[in-house]
Amino acid sequence: MRPSAIRLLNILVPVKRAVDYSVKIRVNPQQTGIDLNAKHSMNPFDEIAVEEAVRLRERMKDAVKSIKAVTIGPPKSIETLRTALAMGADSSIHVEIPESAPAPEPLAVAKTLQEIIKRQKDGVDVVILGKQAIDDDLGMTGQMLAGLLGWSQATFASKVEIDTVKKEALVTREIDGGGQEVRCRLPVIITTDLRLNEPRYASLPNIMKAKKKPVEKLTPADLGIDYTPQLEILKVSEPPQRVGGGKVANVDELVAKLKEAGFTAV
Amino acid sequence: MASTLLRSSLRLVAKPRILSAGSRSFTSSRCIRSENVVIGSLHNFTEEENMLREAVQRFAVDVIGPKVREMDENENMDPSIIKGLFEQGLMGIETSEEHGGAGGSFTSAIIAIEELAKIDPSVSVLCDVHNTLVNTIFRHYGTEAQKEKWLPQLAESKLSSFCLSEPGSGSDAFALQTRAKQDGDHWIINGTKMWITNSYEAEIFLIFANIDPSKGYKGITCFVATKDMGIEIMKKEQKLGIRASSTCSLNFDNLRIPKENVIGGEGKGYKIAIEILNEGRIGIAAQMLGLAQGAFDKAVPYTYQRTQFGQPIGTFQGMQFQIAQAAIELESARLLTYNAARLKEEGRPFTKEAAMAKYWASQVAQKVSGSAIEWAGGVGFTRETGIEKYWRDSKIGAIYEGTSNIQLQTIAKFIQKEYS
Repeated sequence: MRPSAIRLLNILVPVKRAVDYSVKIRVNPQQTGIDLNAKHSMNPFDEIAVEEAVRLRERMKDAVKSIKAVTIGPPKSIETLRTALAMGADSSIHVEIPESAPAPEPLAVAKTLQEIIKRQKDGVDVVILGKQAIDDDLGMTGQMLAGLLGWSQATFASKVEIDTVKKEALVTREIDGGGQEVRCRLPVIITTDLRLNEPRYASLPNIMKAKKKPVEKLTPADLGIDYTPQLEILKVSEPPQRVGGGKVANVDELVAKLKEAGFTAV
Repeated sequence: MASTLLRSSLRLVAKPRILSAGSRSFTSSRCIRSENVVIGSLHNFTEEENMLREAVQRFAVDVIGPKVREMDENENMDPSIIKGLFEQGLMGIETSEEHGGAGGSFTSAIIAIEELAKIDPSVSVLCDVHNTLVNTIFRHYGTEAQKEKWLPQLAESKLSSFCLSEPGSGSDAFALQTRAKQDGDHWIINGTKMWITNSYEAEIFLIFANIDPSKGYKGITCFVATKDMGIEIMKKEQKLGIRASSTCSLNFDNLRIPKENVIGGEGKGYKIAIEILNEGRIGIAAQMLGLAQGAFDKAVPYTYQRTQFGQPIGTFQGMQFQIAQAAIELESARLLTYNAARLKEEGRPFTKEAAMAKYWASQVAQKVSGSAIEWAGGVGFTRETGIEKYWRDSKIGAIYEGTSNIQLQTIAKFIQKEYS
């Protein structure tokens, strides 16, 4: 049972190594996905998540006991962990999968995170992760994790406040109509949206310090999770090339052309 | 020739310490290993060096990029950029952690200087002078007390200048006229310095003055002074390029400096200057390299977008050949620069290679940035795209920190020694 005194927060930040946002994406020759021979970096929404965790610590000082980053990916994903450590995470976990393995699906990721959370001796109070990865735009992991754990969730966060006395999170969510404020009991899953914060650049002293921070290595077998894909991607193709438009001389011609194209509303 | 080869291969076997400070954590196994020696291509960097490159790149693009044109037009360095450099830990790259620095390798400094120069060579030279000249002098020649006093300030908040040149002494640096006279436990300095980088914004100054002209250059001594001791900042030069980098004349009128501010001992200034400028040379090479790469990176994508006569101009064979040649020159400058940096890290002689790197990188910078303007055509000639700025900025590369002719002379002296 949790003691009723103020509890120190243990924050878990899952991060993903994805194709860099500045890369011009191309579909691969087999048409099964995008060309992965491009620059990779930490998923931007995950950077926002790490930044938020670090800012929570800057605001709440000792109330934040630990910030742990975790990634599931090939050996190169360790760079992503190092970036998280350089931004301010204390320690990290690398669930390593082979280079040739397909990217894990959100349900497998959520199950992995669930298992990792179960194994944390000090427990986990807040999980902050990106709302979606910019390579697949699936946006499911946070929600699935909350479902598996039975925890409260606040997605698309644009503002986060944690009250360790009341053991609550006050989150402003971005929704289609504007903003929505929700109050969640801890432990909570929060997914980040673009306007939550602007991530810091890892300063050189922090990059050097990150060298000494621990990286725990695990495999899916260690955690007993099966990564066999449940989905098969049949085809990925680029959007049709933009065809040039035509110029019209006046409104009547415009209306005529619209009618031609099948717009019955005019 | 054969004897040199034998000597260097013996050195390889005798000193397994050839593994450079940075090579401890090679993350790839793409290197040839032979007994105690790791031989890798110059495309190998440690994890920290790679992370630093990325971090500086992003900082440069996001924070410095938007201000480059304004700073150039106004001939003024935005204070928020200087502050940003300090906050990113880029002003104490090699300084040890106990003195407030990042404890990084020399190559890390070179990487930072290169990445900054890709966006703005003015910002790059500010960082270069502060790190490779001033910080290094304190680290190598300062007493423990001096290091404790000055290095943290230099790493955290105070910009610095290296004051050697005068109106009457540039290449002939040791003909300097600034005098220092002893007065009890103080030195009184009188004289004028010219062409001093960072001087408009700097608070800490390393001044080279002669305490005993009868000894010739062996009287030259290095002093550290702060602006509030009474240094007069005079005319700020209006320059062709690196306009945002402040270049001023300084006047010392009976400037009183406490005795403990002598760095490296009396009469050791000439030695300090020579040795430090050797290292600084690699820094300038990195700045010129970054400049050339920045110009190339700006102009070449444009050539694949701009179409004339029904095809992108970058696909015409004439253009392809020019672009390929520029790429070759860039790669050669890159290899010279990084090899000189690694030689220095390994504790091996690097003076000749540093001179070659600085000379060549500044030549390449002129050529490639000039070509970049031509590839972009009329658009390259306007100030809006920022391509012409690289060409203007590149000219100083052949002049400061040892003119091109001086570099050639240095290299020739080494060759003469080897071959005669």
